[in-house]
Amino acid sequence: MEKFEPVIVAFCCHYCAYTAADMAGSQRLDYPPNVKIIRVPCSGKVDAIHILKAFERGADGVYVAGCLEGDCHFKNGNLKAEKQVQYLRKSLDEIGIGGDRLEMVFMSAGMGEFFARKAKEMTEKIRELGPSPVHTQLEQQARQKAS
Amino acid sequence: MITAERKPLKEIMDYIQPFNRILLVGCNECVTVCSAGGRKEVGLLSSALQSAFLSAGKSIEIKEHTLERQCDPEYVEEIVGMMDGVDAVVSMACGCGVQEMARRYKNKPVFPAVNTKFMGASERQGVWAERCQGCGNCLLGITGGICPIARCSKQLMNGPCGGSTNGKCEISKEVDCAWQLIWDRLKMLGQEDRYLDIIPAKDWRTAGGGGPRKIVREDLAG
Repeated sequence: MEKFEPVIVAFCCHYCAYTAADMAGSQRLDYPPNVKIIRVPCSGKVDAIHILKAFERGADGVYVAGCLEGDCHFKNGNLKAEKQVQYLRKSLDEIGIGGDRLEMVFMSAGMGEFFARKAKEMTEKIRELGPSPVHTQLEQQARQKAS
Repeated sequence: MITAERKPLKEIMDYIQPFNRILLVGCNECVTVCSAGGRKEVGLLSSALQSAFLSAGKSIEIKEHTLERQCDPEYVEEIVGMMDGVDAVVSMACGCGVQEMARRYKNKPVFPAVNTKFMGASERQGVWAERCQGCGNCLLGITGGICPIARCSKQLMNGPCGGSTNGKCEISKEVDCAWQLIWDRLKMLGQEDRYLDIIPAKDWRTAGGGGPRKIVREDLAG
């Protein structure tokens, strides 16, 4: 079997995690290319449907990265995002994808090293969990179509 | 509003397991306000069902549509053109909407995706509480605007029972004693004498005890 390369979607707040990712790049820090970054104006802007759609289209893991507590540019969007993530983890268990595949992380714009570390940790965690059942089925369907 | 909560995903999946083409219909009224079955919840349920069925190796086609109201035939009629291409309908409306869909589209199985709960009001974001049981003979004018039928666990009509402690009901410290609320409000309004009026035994026929209820407005009904 080919080596499993997880697809991970990271919803990153413009004011912290996205800038932290930029800083990781400026610092020449390596982090896995599995992590696909989507910049959002605030982690609180990430809706449940964005996360569910990511999994429906084959993501193996998703994380929402927002500002440290008390630092949200919009007051408490990061805490709202955390509540939503906790709620959605239960939904993902119900769906059969598994709530472990979804995480909330907090960081500041200056935490480039943390961003790179978190990206590595998430990639390793999802690699261990294996492909999401949706991903497996989508690949199977694509193979059947091709043959 | 009529409040509702989404059913467990497994129950909805069991309903539609034998079918391949589903029409998932939301309602823009009460269930939208209580975040159970509006356009947003239709999208979320559709995505959850797609992923859950796909994980189990089954492909399913789900069309999404949200009607202005599902309890009015005029609106339910709007989706007649969509019916040919579907095997079953899943309604995210309250029980009234589900039944209206089933009445109009008799040859399609219609399944509920929510459990209809009660007539309630929003206490704060994300919290809804029962306020009315539709008894058909409103008492709020003499009970300080607080309903002893919907909010007293024993539906007492003439003051609290012995289980009222520090303003709370004996069933739970989270539940206010309705009669404490009524007394406090009457006092605030300077209408304590109202409390002494005896409310006679209630005629429950208007509350459904006389069978299914109906309102006919002769000036409007054809």
